[in-house]
This record gives sequence, C-alpha cells and structure tokens, in this order.
Amino acid sequence: MAIVNSLIKKFDKDDFALIENNSDVECIKVSKEKFLEIIVYLREDKEMYFDYLTCISGVDNQEDGTFGVVYRLYSIPFDRHLDIIVEVNKTEKNELTEAISSISKYYRSANWMEREVYDMYGIPFEGHPDLRRILMPSDWIGYPLRKDYSTSEKYHGITIDFESEA
Amino acid sequence: MKTGEGDIAITSIDDLLNWAKLSSLWPMGFGLACCAIEMISTYASAYDLDRLGVFPRPSPRQSDVMIVAGTVTFKMADRVRRLYEQMPEPRYVISMGSCSNCGGPYWEHGYHVVKGVDKIIPVDVYVPGCPPRPEALIGGILKLQEKIASTPHPEGSLISKIFNSRKSKHGNS
Repeated sequence: MAIVNSLIKKFDKDDFALIENNSDVECIKVSKEKFLEIIVYLREDKEMYFDYLTCISGVDNQEDGTFGVVYRLYSIPFDRHLDIIVEVNKTEKNELTEAISSISKYYRSANWMEREVYDMYGIPFEGHPDLRRILMPSDWIGYPLRKDYSTSEKYHGITIDFESEA
Repeated sequence: MKTGEGDIAITSIDDLLNWAKLSSLWPMGFGLACCAIEMISTYASAYDLDRLGVFPRPSPRQSDVMIVAGTVTFKMADRVRRLYEQMPEPRYVISMGSCSNCGGPYWEHGYHVVKGVDKIIPVDVYVPGCPPRPEALIGGILKLQEKIASTPHPEGSLISKIFNSRKSKHGNS
C-alpha cells in the first residue's frame, strides 16, 4: 500500500486504481493520459526507485472491449515488484488502436518489448524511436494475438492454413 | 593394393556420373530450429557424416543438397526459396523433421509456419521425427543416394547432348 499512498499524494485519485494487492506484488491500473507521468515518477523518485522494467505484456480483455498493456516494474534496491496496467479501447480487426506513450526513453529495454506488443496486438507507442514489427514480416496483415485474429488466405503466394487432402 | 597392372572397370556413363554425384553430397550449412542441433551432431565426430562424403558448405553456390532442418516460418520462406534458387543444378532437398514436412506441431494453430517446405521448394526425401535422431538423418541421406543412383540422365541434359553429337559424328560404334 505504500506505493499507492504516495501515488495518492502525488496525483489525482481518478488517474489510477488499485487492482490487486494479495501477494507481494501490487497491481495498479493507470489512465492512458497520466501513464507517462506516473512511470517517470516511479522511476525517478528516491523512495520508489523502480529502476528495472522486467516485462511488457499485452492482454486482450475480451468482453470488456479493451486491450491491456501490463508493465512489470522491479526495484533493485528495495526488492519489490509493481504491475502497471494501461488500457486502450478495442478497434476493428486489423486496425491499430489509439497510441500509448512510449517509455523507451526511460527504460531502454522497453524498445523491443513495445515493438513486440505492437506486432502482436496492434497497439502503437507514441514517441517510440523505431516502431516496426519485430517477429512477423513487415508486410504481414493482422495482429496475431488478438482474439478476433484470423489468418489471411495467402502470404507471398503460399497458403497459410493447412489444407487437408480430403 | 597397387599392382601397376592397370585395372579396368567397365560401367555406363550414367552410373559413373551418378556415383560421382552421390559420393560427395555437399549440404548447405544452415539450420532453422531444434532439428539443426541433431543435424550438427550428425556432422560431428560421433556420427561423422564426412565418411559418406557429406560435409556442409557455407555457400549455396557450392552446395548440392539443402537439408531443411527445422521450422520454416513465413518470414524465412522467402529466404529459403532464394537460397534454393542460388544452388547450382543438380540440386536436392532433404526435408528434416515434422515442421518442414508438414508444419509439425504448428499445423493447425500456427499462423506463422509454412505447412510443409514442399509448398515452396521441391523435396526429394522426407525424414520423419521431432526432431529425427542422427540415425534417421543418415537414413535420409542414404535414401537420397539410392535415388540419385537409380536416376538416368534426362533427355536434353548436357551429357546426353554430348553423346548424341558423338553418335551422329561417328555412328554408333
């Protein structure tokens, strides 16, 4: 709770919500607008000192109509974890969502992780220095880890799905 | 044993050329996934593919056979096809492992895997397994050698052209 309390002191209460606090990991949902400010605070503040970005994941919150991006932070000197969730609205199939601020300026490791989330979920990151697909070919259509994803028929003349003989 | 008596063996030119081809199958030195680890250990001292005249070449220009060892993703498919096209003829393809045979474990839900490398290049021998043991790969290479040994030279190939021009010059003798 110490983290949330100091966030309450620093920011507007509407900008974030505590999701889970059952283990040693706190999980905080953050509004898209204040996200960058909060991340910078968590990284730069002497009491917080979340100096290590472990992982960025994408989530398809199916019936909620949103995609989530989960940032898992770790503070090496204080030995504690923190999960930050940002959500954006879903879009039509194969269309990009609205952008989330890139944090690759503050965490260098975020560069490729953000590219992966962009590649798999179609969530662009504003201010990213080199936002290209990282796993799929650059001319691939669609974002494979979205739940509504379906493959195109062909890629460069090769049928994508398995054709049974029968 | 050398006796200096000038031994002579009589054979057909087809068999001689086929024997030359199958005795030095030089594969292209590349691997795509875990099958490559099995392929590498087949090259190495325990299984020693060199005793079959097989050792990897670092360039498609010097290769006779392409061992597709591993998962062919769509991103890789263009590159595999390009490398195959750069190999001089006669060229052969061994598809090693389930992934390159038919897509393997990715055949149903793998959006990123080509469902069989035979969709992009012609395959001569399929080696089953996930991954195949070195013995299986050696079996595949022996199978390819059998195939080459039993292939007559096609009409219109350089060697048959040479023979035909000789026949017309000198008759059938």
